Amino acid sequence: MSKKQYAFYPGCSSQKGASAANYTTSIGMMCDKLDIQLNEIPDWNCCGASIGYAEGGELPRLVLSARNLALAEQNLGGQDVVSGCPACWLATRESVERLHESQSLLAEANEALKEAGLVLKNETKARHMVEVLVEDIGFEGLKKPVVKPLGDLKFAGYVGCQTNRPFGIAGESFENPVYLDKMVEAVGAEAVKYDQKVTCCGGALAFSEPDKSQKQIRDIVESAYDHGADMIVTPCQLCQANVEIYQSEINKKQGTKFNMPVVYYSQLLTVAYGGSAKDAGLDGQLIRADKLEQIASK
Amino acid sequence: MSNANQQAVAKYKNNFLKEVEANVEEGHWVKMCMQCGVCAGSCPLGPHWEHSPQKIFMMIRAGKREEVLGSDSMWMCTSCYNCIVRCPRKLPITHIMHGLANYSHRLGLAPKGQPTREIAKLFWDNLVKTGRVNELKFSLAMYFKDGFGQGVKNAMAMQGIGLGLMKAGRLNPMEIFGGHVCKDKSGVQKMIAKAREIEDRRKSLA
Amino acid sequence: MADNKFAAYICSGCGIGDKLNVGALEKIATKEGKMAVVKSHPFLCSTEGVDLIKNDIANDGVTHVCIAACSRRAKAEAFTFPETAVSRANLREGVLWVVAEGADHDEVRQEMAEDYVRMGCAEVKKMMSPAGNPDKAQSKRIMVVGGGMSGMTAALAAADAGYEVVLVEKTGKLGGFANNMLKRVPFNAPHAEAQPTGVEELAAKVTGNAKIKLHLNSTLTETAGAPGRFVAKIAQESGAVAEETVGAIVQATGFTTYPLDKLPELGGGQANVVDQAGLEAMAKAANGGAIKRADGKEVKSVVFVQCAGQRGSGGNGDGSHLEYCSGHCCATSIKQATYFKDANPDVDTVVMYQDLRVPGMGEDFYRSAQKKGVIFTKAKVNKVAGGDACKVEFKDLILDEDTATDADLVVLATGQVPVSGVNLDEWTTTVTAAESGDEAAKEKKSALQKISVLNLNYRQGPDMPQFKYGFADSHFICFPYETRRTGIYAAGPTRRPMDMFQAQEDATGAAMKAIQAVENATRGRAAHPRAWDLSFPKARLEGCTQCKRCTVECPFGAIDEDEKRFPVFNEQRCRRCGTCMGACPVRVISFENYSCDTVGSQIKAVNIPDEFEEKPRILILACENDAYPALDMAGLQRLTYSAYVRAIPVRCLGSVNTIWITDALNSGYDGVMMMGCKKGDDYQCHFVKGSEMAYYRMSKIGDTLKQLGLEPERVQTQEVAITDNAKVAKLIDDYVAQLNEMGPSPMKGFG
Repeated sequence: MSKKQYAFYPGCSSQKGASAANYTTSIGMMCDKLDIQLNEIPDWNCCGASIGYAEGGELPRLVLSARNLALAEQNLGGQDVVSGCPACWLATRESVERLHESQSLLAEANEALKEAGLVLKNETKARHMVEVLVEDIGFEGLKKPVVKPLGDLKFAGYVGCQTNRPFGIAGESFENPVYLDKMVEAVGAEAVKYDQKVTCCGGALAFSEPDKSQKQIRDIVESAYDHGADMIVTPCQLCQANVEIYQSEINKKQGTKFNMPVVYYSQLLTVAYGGSAKDAGLDGQLIRADKLEQIASK
Repeated sequence: MSNANQQAVAKYKNNFLKEVEANVEEGHWVKMCMQCGVCAGSCPLGPHWEHSPQKIFMMIRAGKREEVLGSDSMWMCTSCYNCIVRCPRKLPITHIMHGLANYSHRLGLAPKGQPTREIAKLFWDNLVKTGRVNELKFSLAMYFKDGFGQGVKNAMAMQGIGLGLMKAGRLNPMEIFGGHVCKDKSGVQKMIAKAREIEDRRKSLA
Repeated sequence: MADNKFAAYICSGCGIGDKLNVGALEKIATKEGKMAVVKSHPFLCSTEGVDLIKNDIANDGVTHVCIAACSRRAKAEAFTFPETAVSRANLREGVLWVVAEGADHDEVRQEMAEDYVRMGCAEVKKMMSPAGNPDKAQSKRIMVVGGGMSGMTAALAAADAGYEVVLVEKTGKLGGFANNMLKRVPFNAPHAEAQPTGVEELAAKVTGNAKIKLHLNSTLTETAGAPGRFVAKIAQESGAVAEETVGAIVQATGFTTYPLDKLPELGGGQANVVDQAGLEAMAKAANGGAIKRADGKEVKSVVFVQCAGQRGSGGNGDGSHLEYCSGHCCATSIKQATYFKDANPDVDTVVMYQDLRVPGMGEDFYRSAQKKGVIFTKAKVNKVAGGDACKVEFKDLILDEDTATDADLVVLATGQVPVSGVNLDEWTTTVTAAESGDEAAKEKKSALQKISVLNLNYRQGPDMPQFKYGFADSHFICFPYETRRTGIYAAGPTRRPMDMFQAQEDATGAAMKAIQAVENATRGRAAHPRAWDLSFPKARLEGCTQCKRCTVECPFGAIDEDEKRFPVFNEQRCRRCGTCMGACPVRVISFENYSCDTVGSQIKAVNIPDEFEEKPRILILACENDAYPALDMAGLQRLTYSAYVRAIPVRCLGSVNTIWITDALNSGYDGVMMMGCKKGDDYQCHFVKGSEMAYYRMSKIGDTLKQLGLEPERVQTQEVAITDNAKVAKLIDDYVAQLNEMGPSPMKGFG
């Protein structure tokens, strides 16, 4: 069977040495096992992320995505643009839709793109990695390469915001999406009931409004403990970073004893598919996911 | 600076609403709010908004220009999109809040020193430089936004985390000397400048 | 006519034969019930079982049948035999399913079954198969009163269904309120734009319809008769009086607007403050162009004040003005705001509402207006001052602040006031005073007659009864379109506030009911809720004491009085509830198949054990509409209750004659439970006043009980809804426990 080909848009935090470098590592291994070929969009740029609006406004923000889409059209024509980062995906998909809705906006975007020597036809679909797994591979397909079922592990599936809202994955409910739980189950582990599944971690406001965000994070981690989870699993870099990094801060300020590993779905799949801890980027955890590493090392 | 700030705004007339419709991203949706308040009840940072989105929509219709554009409420948005998916009238509330924040920021009416506003500006400036965000430089810029002394304190406070990230390969100290960039960064910069020029013209901000 | 021959058939199916001694029941039917034919069958409702009965009727001269099987509510079709009186002894739902399991209860279970067989036999002996009303009415014509949108729609609906229609309109033109409107709220998809009213087309259709006879400039001076035979006197402009015989009446007399001058606090009566009707006239004059004020100035800003003088708000918060919501005004203001926006999008249009109520597709219209830039402000308007620049003072309910704005024009969304004729309570008081010679009352009476819509010559007054707030009677509990005046149906805003779409739908429904009424009346059958019932009340007038209780208490105004004050029954108006029978102190009113005797004989047929047996007997008189089904359903759910009760279904608690209570107590029953529907303002009685009457009458029998030396607790009245199956079982068991504490009735053994 030939490999499925996608135009890959890694995004800033997934670059080597950046905060989600280990996510990229695990995506690589996972895709190998699933016969997915990711072709990086050459010379891609930042999507503007979720706080780009303040200085960037509308059109400058949209053209950032428009440039990536134009590059994909030009170099990887016919392939869906896929990002592992929810913010990248959201910004890109939003641009696709916004520029579809308004011909005048598309014309303006192209006027700006001309400065970078590009032109956008806007014919490409923007998708998240999780969509590829759920829609193109399917849960049955995700089970196939499993060689090390994660039977003993309990995960709190923390979906967070941006894979879930406003677009959602495969038409799932915004209030109770289940794709992440189903992925956990696909690798033979247990998805615990988790009432903070779609709670916001504070996003970019973790930097600017630390106290307000840390209250959110505390709720998220506490609930994972309350429901007996061994670790939290998430599809989002910002969720992963915020929920993992600030546990020590919260412990310091509030006397909690949080030490809950926060991993990516791709790390679960990689380990279940026989990858090593390194393949799964588990060496990138601030709070080591010991139980997952043990399985990986078996 | 535009002359938009000098416009007289009559109460409960449509002047400010029309300004918002013309100049704020997705502003034409404001009139469609039916005042149910679901957005206010759905926001994770709800209690920290001085004026909920519901109220902001009402204030726009009531012509409260200074109160709206000078408010720090919109800056509380975490971009979680909960309000969007729950709004029975399908208003793109998150985008409208972003649009209002951007508009007030560009008019110079947004609260001075509002932390999210400052960080957002640093973020954008960071990305414009090379086309990609340099997390290390962005972080350092954040720590030092309140001056050198406070920056050292901030950096020290987060030292443990920084070291941890470095050890984990998720923060590269070498990024300070350049790091990831777009090859065509000048193209990116020109493109952004052009887009901004077009948008400012459209919004009479030029 | 052949002699009566009585037969009893006992079913042993559904487990009856397993738990009960059917042989013993047969013996009871023969010996005590004195049935000429007694048979049992293992599956009586089967074709074979039914044929057995049919054969006896056809070949053995059986005229009266007692069926001891399931509840009368089950297998009704199988056990209906033309021209044969049928009683039902409820062994299945009434005994088998409700008496506790086990041998301990065998004896009481059998006793209960035997009593029901005794009762069934006793009842059927007093019954006759109803022959129907010999005095069948003839007219199937339908009169519509009011030629507005509702009236025209009703007239066309009836005419299209093939019925002749007489349409009476007091003005010289069809169309009513719609004639003054530019457009109406959208009623077709996509519900985004105001639509033409279509009133002229509708009026042309009515005028051109050969089946519709028009009386313009006409009013009713008298309406006499009953369904199928109403005679209406129609005063015409010329002064002549036409007479029309019709079978049913649709009253579609519409509404008037709440007087603006009653709302001075909202600027009523001041310059540039209009109501929605006023704005409609301005819009009609502008006909799509810029809307101009009375002073000729083009309106550039307009504020709509919702709920003006409505919903108890009245603008002054003291609950004055109309207490209700008129329902259409939100959508109407939305429509009127779009008049402005469509002519000139720059006109500032603000709708100030407290709750925007746009049911159904109105939400789409609301959204459409928002898209056009109509601004909706959640606000409570406190004060409006008219003038060249009107000032509106209000509290912004979202921003929680008192503020004000100005506008070229203010539109007050005032409410609908029904045109429903005379208030019958006022009528009764006035007539009573007038009869005792009060001159002022006499004058008032003739004034009331002038505002009357129908001028019915009924004993109970000239118009339909009114609901709260003066709306014409309609839609009483469970029965859409039904009224307390059989054959007369209210449609449109006369019966509740509504918009044009609802009014037209309403009118169609009322026309259908009118058709049903004439069809039933001309067949000599009852209307709702005992539709198709052929029985009707008969009175032995030689025994009547002219006490007028029946004529006063009839919930449907079906009984008039002749010159000598004897009751005159109008069978076609009668709903067969038996409230008259319950009222009659001398018991001269009865139905062929339901009378003081049919129930009384059942009460007396029960075997009352003596006081030493410690087996009390409790009589239950249960409303057949709710309480009796609730008892049946308790059985269906296998809820148990005491085997000491004996239940008799009654048409309505209103039909319970106090003689039954005294008979029961005299016979040695330990208690009587009456189970009927909820009474009061939120009544659930199918006959509106029946349960109310029963409570009232029972409140008066305390003295009688005392004379008998009985505790008042020996007679209980309970409210039971059809869903109360669990409650009904508990009520019974609690009452039995209470009676056990009181001890046996001292009347035992004297009966």
